[in-house]
Amino acid sequence: MSEKMADKDERSVRQHSANEMHPEEGPPDDLTQEQLLGMYRRMRLIRGFEDRAKEHFEAGEITGFLHLSQGQEAVPVGVCTALRKDDYITSTHRGHHDVIAKGCDVKYMFAELYGRANGYCKGKGGSMHIADFSQGIIGATGIVSGSLPTAPGIALSIKMRGTDQVAVCFFGDGATAEGGFHEALNLSALWQVPIIFVCQNNLYGLSHPWDKTAFKCELARRVSTYNVAAECTDGMDAVAVYRAAEKAVERARAGGGPSFIEAKTYRFLGHYVGDPALYMPKEEREMWRERDATLKLGRQLRAWGYMSEDEDDQMAADVAKELEEAIAFAKSSPKPPPEDALTDVYGHFDYLGNPLDEGGR
Amino acid sequence: MADVKHLREISYRDALREALREEMLRDERVFLMGEDIADPFGSAYKVTLGLSPEFGTDRVRQTPISELGFVGAGVGAALTGMRPVVELMYIDFSTLPMDQIANQAAKIRYMSGGQAQVPLVIRTQGGMGRSSAAHHAQSLEAWFVHIPGLLVAMPSTPYDAKGLLKTAIRLNDPVMFIEHKLLYNTEGPVPDEEYTIPFGVVDVKREGTDCTVVATSRTVLMALQAAEMLAQEGISLEVIDPRTLFPLDVETIVDSVKKTSRLVVAHESPERGGFAAEVIAQVADKGFDYIDAPIQRVCAPSVPTPFARHLEDFIIVNETHIADRVRRLVRGEI
Repeated sequence: MSEKMADKDERSVRQHSANEMHPEEGPPDDLTQEQLLGMYRRMRLIRGFEDRAKEHFEAGEITGFLHLSQGQEAVPVGVCTALRKDDYITSTHRGHHDVIAKGCDVKYMFAELYGRANGYCKGKGGSMHIADFSQGIIGATGIVSGSLPTAPGIALSIKMRGTDQVAVCFFGDGATAEGGFHEALNLSALWQVPIIFVCQNNLYGLSHPWDKTAFKCELARRVSTYNVAAECTDGMDAVAVYRAAEKAVERARAGGGPSFIEAKTYRFLGHYVGDPALYMPKEEREMWRERDATLKLGRQLRAWGYMSEDEDDQMAADVAKELEEAIAFAKSSPKPPPEDALTDVYGHFDYLGNPLDEGGR
Repeated sequence: MADVKHLREISYRDALREALREEMLRDERVFLMGEDIADPFGSAYKVTLGLSPEFGTDRVRQTPISELGFVGAGVGAALTGMRPVVELMYIDFSTLPMDQIANQAAKIRYMSGGQAQVPLVIRTQGGMGRSSAAHHAQSLEAWFVHIPGLLVAMPSTPYDAKGLLKTAIRLNDPVMFIEHKLLYNTEGPVPDEEYTIPFGVVDVKREGTDCTVVATSRTVLMALQAAEMLAQEGISLEVIDPRTLFPLDVETIVDSVKKTSRLVVAHESPERGGFAAEVIAQVADKGFDYIDAPIQRVCAPSVPTPFARHLEDFIIVNETHIADRVRRLVRGEI
């Protein structure tokens, strides 16, 4: 192979091979108009949140790292539509879309990104660690694959407590080459716990492409060798993701054990804000942009007569207003006093080890 | 212990088992998880022997060899309403689940702005003395003391082992509970009655006037033997066992130094970056004016643990090492 050809191969347009959903003729019969409109609004809210977060990061108002999810909205929205409020999710460093899909309020999310006292984590977690335990959002981890070993324990707890909740573990394709991925699948299958592993395969672990992560690997096939029910779905189609999740949730609630969903999707932007993503060829990005799941659902809703052009515009305006108000809320929120850096380290002790209560005695 | 009426002599191993059993009876959220912990094997050092027949294999949950997996599962269960006690067979194996310990368990409360709690106990054991070489004989407590968000307990007696483990299980913070492989067969008085021991309170194992020796885990026993030896020579040692390395009861150590004006810190782990350095820094900070002699560390040299018995013996801190150092210190030879 000549150098030129090798280079061409290196820069080849990456796309998922199978399971692209064909546009439906009519509306799905397993989701109501209200549910579908709710999904669409959530997806627009996620997209808008990410776009606004990017602007404010680039303006220097938000600090740290920002890993955005534009392009992946359909995955968590499809999955979370199949969940109840008391079900659990874990998320990742790229997790804004996951937690908004599960129910996070963008007001407190922006407040967290701005490092304010009334953010979800009181300014201590930031973009990569948003959690809301009141609705089962067990937190996002900054370590790739970090929540994979944790999530089977959440599901084990469900099983031991005897409830019919389920645990969903969101992660990316990058996590599938980590050891924790295998240990989590193995233990979940062994214990038959109510967990759903959702791999958002966006084709890149930072800059590293999926086709150089595992050799000619169909992920669902690999996972099925653990005796975990595994399927691959079109992550650019919220309805398709919902259907895969609904089956998995039903299986989990009925005591049928773990499931795995690979949702084939794409990250429209770089790994973090500031990454020019030179490793993602222009034609590849354009091709995926054309498959935008949020725009697709909007087109479908209009085609099915579930939403007029005016209603679509109105929703866009409502979402923009909600985000504007959230940003205003964040900006006008108080900063935590600096000494707050020293609290919440332990439950029963201050950070120096002085007792705060009679805990454990 | 003075107000306790009925004392029995039981082993460190049995004391730990009693703590687990009592807490499992007291709170159905408490369960055990780890490698080889179910009967008939009953765990590597037999602490959990007999518990799986009584509580069943759901609550005495034996796992495959999958430290990252089951420690992670402990974190997840602790976050969602259970109180797992996970057994890591050797502290040397803590490298495998370290992300779950140091990045997840330790930090979730803080990262979530105080929403989360992680009532997780990781029972493990370390220490030399059985010719088990570099991967089965380390003392890694300093790693965990260094991580904000973790509590670290290191009992030296059956009484402390039981009381501290019961407390550890009731706390809402993650605890590294570090036992010593040569202590399981040691015996000591343990009351029949229910008791717990608070974290962050040292135990003065022997009172004395000439030199304070702070020692941890099995090295406490070495320090007590050194104190016996030196007593024959008219040198009086005060031996202090921190029992929990974090939280650390510095005040009582400083009070002791006020009395003795000399401090030696002894432990089995390698000297460089070890726990002794932390004790010494804190005493230097809070008790500098009371110190009249160079502060001393009696620790293992900073080398991996060797296999051959005579090589291992050469690096283990023993009563003679401690006695020699104290003697020279008291005589003004250092």
